[in-house]
Amino acid sequence: MDIKDIIKPENIVYQKTKVLTNKVMHYCPGCSHGTVHKLIAEVIDEMDIQDKTIGITPVGCAVFGYNYMHIDWQQAAHGRAPALATATKRLYPDKYVFTYQGDGDLASIGTAEIMHACNRGENIVVIFINNAIYGMTGGQMAPTTLIGMVTSTTPYGRQVDLNGYPLKITELIAQLEGTCYVTRQSVQTAVAARKTKKAIRKAFENSNQKKGTSFIEVVSSCNSGWKVSPVQANEWMEENMFPVYPLGDIKDR
Amino acid sequence: MTEKVLKKGNEVIALGAIHCGCDGYFGYPITPQSEIMETLMEEKPWETTGMVVLQAESEIASINMVHGGACCGKKVMTSSSSPGMSLMCEGLSYLAGSELPCVLVNVVRGGPGLGTIQPSQGDYFQAVKGGGHGDYRVIVLAPFSAQEMYDFVWLGFDLAFKYRTPVLILTDGMIGQMMEKVELRPQKPRLSDQEVAELYGSWATTGKPTTRQENIITSLALEARVHEALNQKLQAKYRVIEESEVRFETLQCEDADYILVAYGSMARICESAVELARSQGIKLGLLRPITLFPFPVKEIERMIPQLKGIMSVELSTGQMVEDIRLAVSGKVPVTFYGRLGGVIPTPQEVLDAFKTNYMK
Amino acid sequence: MKEEIIIAGFGGQGVLSMGKILAYSGIMQDQEVTWMPSYGPEMRGGTANVTVVISDKRISSPIVNAYDTAIILNQQSLNKFEPMVKPGGLLIYDPNGITRHPVRKDITIYSIEAVEEAAKLGNAKAYNMIVLGAFLKLKQIVKMENVIKGLKKSIPERHHHLIPMNEQAIEVGMGAAKEIHQV
Repeated sequence: MDIKDIIKPENIVYQKTKVLTNKVMHYCPGCSHGTVHKLIAEVIDEMDIQDKTIGITPVGCAVFGYNYMHIDWQQAAHGRAPALATATKRLYPDKYVFTYQGDGDLASIGTAEIMHACNRGENIVVIFINNAIYGMTGGQMAPTTLIGMVTSTTPYGRQVDLNGYPLKITELIAQLEGTCYVTRQSVQTAVAARKTKKAIRKAFENSNQKKGTSFIEVVSSCNSGWKVSPVQANEWMEENMFPVYPLGDIKDR
Repeated sequence: MTEKVLKKGNEVIALGAIHCGCDGYFGYPITPQSEIMETLMEEKPWETTGMVVLQAESEIASINMVHGGACCGKKVMTSSSSPGMSLMCEGLSYLAGSELPCVLVNVVRGGPGLGTIQPSQGDYFQAVKGGGHGDYRVIVLAPFSAQEMYDFVWLGFDLAFKYRTPVLILTDGMIGQMMEKVELRPQKPRLSDQEVAELYGSWATTGKPTTRQENIITSLALEARVHEALNQKLQAKYRVIEESEVRFETLQCEDADYILVAYGSMARICESAVELARSQGIKLGLLRPITLFPFPVKEIERMIPQLKGIMSVELSTGQMVEDIRLAVSGKVPVTFYGRLGGVIPTPQEVLDAFKTNYMK
Repeated sequence: MKEEIIIAGFGGQGVLSMGKILAYSGIMQDQEVTWMPSYGPEMRGGTANVTVVISDKRISSPIVNAYDTAIILNQQSLNKFEPMVKPGGLLIYDPNGITRHPVRKDITIYSIEAVEEAAKLGNAKAYNMIVLGAFLKLKQIVKMENVIKGLKKSIPERHHHLIPMNEQAIEVGMGAAKEIHQV
């Protein structure tokens, strides 16, 4: 028996979804982005909406998200993805429109755009990657950086009197009447990733039911920015991030 | 059948948008241009043509909504006035860098800062030199009547899609707030995605069918040579625009010894100043640039041999005058007359300034 | 024919809409028109003015050096615009609230007691149409039938039942203009 006899459709137990491209991702080993990309691509594939999906990438590590999925993409200015998504969805009410944004993009420079898009109840999906740091620019403080956490712009740790508090933007978003589904998930284990995928599926399904905005925060690790190994990063995240950013649905209606 | 109405310049910007088949308007209130969105809301085009009209949370959101809509290959537009336009310049740079079509309207007021709500032409530099970061230009149209406000929305979208570039209608509170007779055109239907693709190519993010590769609209190119090529492509496009799209109007220039150069509202005043001068036997003419980018450089060069002097008349401290001087290259004296703060000179004052500069 | 008119008074007196009706009347008889208002916060309770130009030919500047006619409805506007009437031109003013009356001898001056006439009609809103009537009597640049057409175009359809009232007010104004000084 040689390899050709083994590689047969009936023997396949897992394969990469055709929505993902074959490009090698630029993300660091251990980064959560790749996992979340894969989950989105799988949902698009399973829902058979590849021809109806338009994604909007942020400024930050995920700016190159457009290289990894075979769908139409727009690349927004820093923080403004929800504005692009608003127009796109209003012009294409039957299509599936999602933004993919990091914590600096969504919770710092783009606070106004995300708040107002959610408050208008735009029928879009927002994927929010919170790793408490600016990855792309080299590890500076993010709005979600934990108190005491060391970054390149808080070399002695984030101090409340100087930098204020970690911004729990997902809880704020949940307060807005325009959102229908607000949840916080993670992808550091297979179980967690499965839950996140379920949440993404629900969010995409919501978006053509005129229910409002679906918002998914994924508490993520950035081992490069945190300057630890991938395994240590996951442990640190569970120990330190989860108490501040507890997982689970905040709103589902 | 065309219909003649008495409308403000701002109002017919809105009507022009609806009638030319615009797909979406996204804006934020600011004086003196709020009538544009107010008229759109009053007209309710979403019930007739299906056009989307949305009040955004800021000018930043407005221009980025335009970015999103333009990515979809839709005819989208926004309007603002100077301080709001400053906020839009980041987005404008992205639109230019991503080679996206759209129409913007700047009903200019006096600056810097919060300035005044009165008419001004102080945003000339911002408009014709780019405004935002990077090496880019936008086509700038300068209407001088309510009729042109209406017509240039149509023209603006044609040029924007022809060249895949933002088009800016640069006007001011005087043209925006003034009512004149305007001939309205029959409603043109909005284009379908398929029609857009047939006319302009299938570059838009309409959702990827199995028949084509994914469309990615970005202005990012981190690889040096790729980025250089992207810029060269943009510049080549601007050169074509400079060759093909210069628009201007001349008045009494055939035998003129001197000319005034003025655009938009000031061209109206200068037209009367020229009539006044001619009645006194002074051989004065008027060159009115209609496109500010591309600037009518060749027309100025052509007139140089016959001219003894040029005076630029602007509601600014002297911005367009720099482009005139570049075109003239020192061959003819170029002087300037400008007023600020919303002080609109009368034709007599313009003529007096001309005489002070050239008839002493 | 070219007529350059300034209408000036307080915000709320109907200055801008009077100008709009006049301009629309011009369009109804196929003339060129411009309607150039002062705009901005000064409109809120302060002074308001509008320059209307009606012409057989293309209108160059909507801002003019001097006016053929000034229609003046408060003291500030009288002070500002009396000197800007062309020699031989026309000034119409409502003397109500005026303490310093026009003094020029080289222009024709008429008064229109529009506040009083509006009170007699029992309709304060007819004020600006009474003033317009005085102007139309003195400068027959637009035909009455075109003024009615202009009214129809300027007023939203839901208010079209008010057109006969406006017409009546214009007629009252035509009869009430009083000569002060003729050149």
